[in-house]
Amino acid sequence: MLEIKNLHARIAEEETEILRGVNLTVNAGEVHAIMGPNGSGKSTLSYILAGKDDYEVTEGEVLFNGENMLDMDPDERAAAGMFLAFQYPIEIPGVATMEFLKTAMNAQRKARGEDVLSIPDFMKRVKAAASHLNVSMDMLKRPLNVGFSGGEKKRAEILQMSLLEPKLCVLDETDSGLDIDALRIVSEGVNKLRGPERAMVVITHYQRLLDHIVPDVVHVLSKGRIVKSGDKDLALELEKNGYADYVDTAA
Amino acid sequence: MNASVPIKHTQAESDLFDRYETAKDNLPGSVTVNALREAAIAQIRDKGLPHRRVEEYKYSDLRAFLKSAGPLAGNVDAASARSVLAAADTFADLDRYRIVLSNGTYAAELSDTDALAKEGVTVTDLGDVLTAEDGARVLSYPKTGPTDGIVALNTAFVQGGMVLEVKDGAEVSKPVELVHVAEFAGAQVTRNRIVVGKGAKLRLLESFVGDTGEGEINAVFDYDVADNAVLAATRLIVGRTEAARLLTTTARLGAESELRTLGFIAGPRFTRNQQFVDFTGENSEAKVYGVTMAGGRDLADQTLIVDHAVPHCNSREFFKTVLDGEARGVYQGRINVAQHAQKTDGEMMTQALLLSEEAEMANKPELEIFADDVICAHGATSGQIDEDLLFYLRARGIPEDEAKTLLVLAFLSEAIEEYGEDDVTEGLEARVRDWLAGH
Repeated sequence: MLEIKNLHARIAEEETEILRGVNLTVNAGEVHAIMGPNGSGKSTLSYILAGKDDYEVTEGEVLFNGENMLDMDPDERAAAGMFLAFQYPIEIPGVATMEFLKTAMNAQRKARGEDVLSIPDFMKRVKAAASHLNVSMDMLKRPLNVGFSGGEKKRAEILQMSLLEPKLCVLDETDSGLDIDALRIVSEGVNKLRGPERAMVVITHYQRLLDHIVPDVVHVLSKGRIVKSGDKDLALELEKNGYADYVDTAA
Repeated sequence: MNASVPIKHTQAESDLFDRYETAKDNLPGSVTVNALREAAIAQIRDKGLPHRRVEEYKYSDLRAFLKSAGPLAGNVDAASARSVLAAADTFADLDRYRIVLSNGTYAAELSDTDALAKEGVTVTDLGDVLTAEDGARVLSYPKTGPTDGIVALNTAFVQGGMVLEVKDGAEVSKPVELVHVAEFAGAQVTRNRIVVGKGAKLRLLESFVGDTGEGEINAVFDYDVADNAVLAATRLIVGRTEAARLLTTTARLGAESELRTLGFIAGPRFTRNQQFVDFTGENSEAKVYGVTMAGGRDLADQTLIVDHAVPHCNSREFFKTVLDGEARGVYQGRINVAQHAQKTDGEMMTQALLLSEEAEMANKPELEIFADDVICAHGATSGQIDEDLLFYLRARGIPEDEAKTLLVLAFLSEAIEEYGEDDVTEGLEARVRDWLAGH
C-alpha cells in the first residue's frame, strides 16, 4: 500500500537534510510502528506523507497504492485514503466541529465521485463513532479543537479517522499528552479500525502505546534513516536499553 | 490654509452644481429647508468634495473617485418598482414588513403601512415633512450636519425618504425592511428618521436594490432611541456597482437604551459607511459591528465615532474586513469619553484578513478620554490566512478553495454571530460565500 524508496528531505530553503534515505514498505492489513529519539525525523516523515509544503523532497519517491503520492495535493491524498492524526491538532476558531466533519467527509466523497451524505446518515455515523470515543455532542458543537483538552483533541483526531475511513492511517505521537484512561480509549478506537484493507503507521517515542496497539513490525528511525526493523519485541528491547545503541550505529 | 482662495472644481463638482440648478425647484422643501440646501451646496462649492487632505477622508478620497455626477433619479411608476422588488433578493424569505423608497422617494402604495400601523408604527413621507414650515428640523442633526461633506451633499439633494415612529412601549413583532429601489440609472439621495419610542423595540433592515450602476446612493439615517428602547439595524450594502455608496448614520441613545448595528459591505466599487453615535442618557449600550468584503480595486470604508457624553454607558465596536486583489479597506473608529462620563466601558476591535499581497488595510482606532474612571480598550490586527489551519483542513480532504472559504467565513462570522440577530445570520453567511465564489 505504501512504498517509501530512498526518501531524502529537508526543510524548504534550508540545507540540512532531515530524512536521509528512508526505505519503508507497508502492506494492507499491517501495523508498523516507527520509534526513534527526538530529532530523528519521525514527524517530518509524517508531514511529508500528508503533503505539508514546508518540506522539500530532494531525492526518492513515495508510492501510495502504486501512485506517486508526492505529486498529489494534501486534499487529493486525503481523498485517496491517506490520514494523518496530528501530534498537535490545530485549533480552528469559528468552524464548528460538526460542520467541519460534514465538509471533510463530503469533500472526500465528492473527490471520489460518490454521493454526498444525507444529514440523517451523517448524524447517525457521527453519533455512533462519537459514543465509542467518549466524545460528547457538546464537544461536537464547539469550534474544532478550540478549548479542547489534550485528551479531547486526540480523541477528536481518532473520531475524524473513524469517520473518514482512510486506507492508510499515520498516527504521529498520538499517545503524547494522554493519561492512562485516555490512552486506552484512543487505542481502542484505533484497534477498531484495524482490518485487512487498512494499513497503519504508528509513530511514537514510547513502547507504552504499543502495549495497546500491537504492531506487526517495529522500525527504529535515527538521524533520518531506518536503522533497525524487527517484530514487537524490538519495542520492548528499546524500552529497556534506550536508543543509545542505534544512535551510535547510525552516527 | 487659506479658505478665501476659491478652489478649482473637478468635473464631478461642476456636474453637481449643474444638477443642483436643474433639480432645486423640484426638490421638496420649505423656505428654511431650501436655505439649508443652499448652504450645503455653498459648502461643497467652497471646500469641494471630501478629499484625502481632510483628516476624516484621508483614506477615502471621494473627490478623486467621483469622475462625474449624473442627474438625480427620476420618478418611476409603482408597477416597475414592483417588478424590481420582486426580482430582488435582500433578506431571502425572512418574514418581515417592508417600507419602500422608490428612486429616492417614499412609495406608500408599496409599503406595509396598514400592518405597521397595527403594530404601533407610523410612517410619514419625508417629502411632506420637508415641505412643512418646520421641515428643517429633520435636517438639523447635531455635530455632523453642518460639517461632513457627505451629509452636506445629502442635505443639498435630498429627494425624499421617510420618518418612521414606533410608539412608546410597542415591540414590533417582525423586522422592518427599509428597501431603496432604483428602476433606472440616476442618483438616489434620501434621508430617513427612525424614532423608537420609550420602551419600544424595533428591528430594522436596510437594503438597496435595482439598477443603480451609474448613480450614487447617498442615504442618511437618523436613529432616535428613546429611554429603555431597543433598536437593531442591519445594513446591507451589496451588489456589484461602479457607483459610490455613501451611507451615514446619526444616532442618539436615551437612558437605559440599547442600539445594535451591523454594516455589511460586499460588492460596490466605493463604499463609505459612517456612523455617529451619541449617548445622551445613562446606563445605555451601543454595539456596532462591521463586516466588509472588498476585492478588485474596491474601496470599503467603515467610519465610526462614539461619543460618551454621559456616565455609565457601554460601547462595543467589532469590525471584520476581508480584502482581495488590490482592494483597500478602511476602518476609522473613535471613542470619545467626556470628562464627567465616568464608568464608561468601551471596547473597540478591528481585524483584517488579507487574501492577496496587493490588498491594503488602513486601521485607525482612536480613544479620546477625559474621564479618569473608565475601562476602554482598542485593538487592530491585519493578517493573512494561517497556513497551518489551511493545511489541517486540506489534510482532511477539503480542497484549497473550500478550505479558504471555511476560514474566511469563520473569521467574518465572529462579528455576525456576536451581533446576534439570528434570523439574518444565515442569509449574511450565504452572501459571504457568494462573494468569495464570485468576486
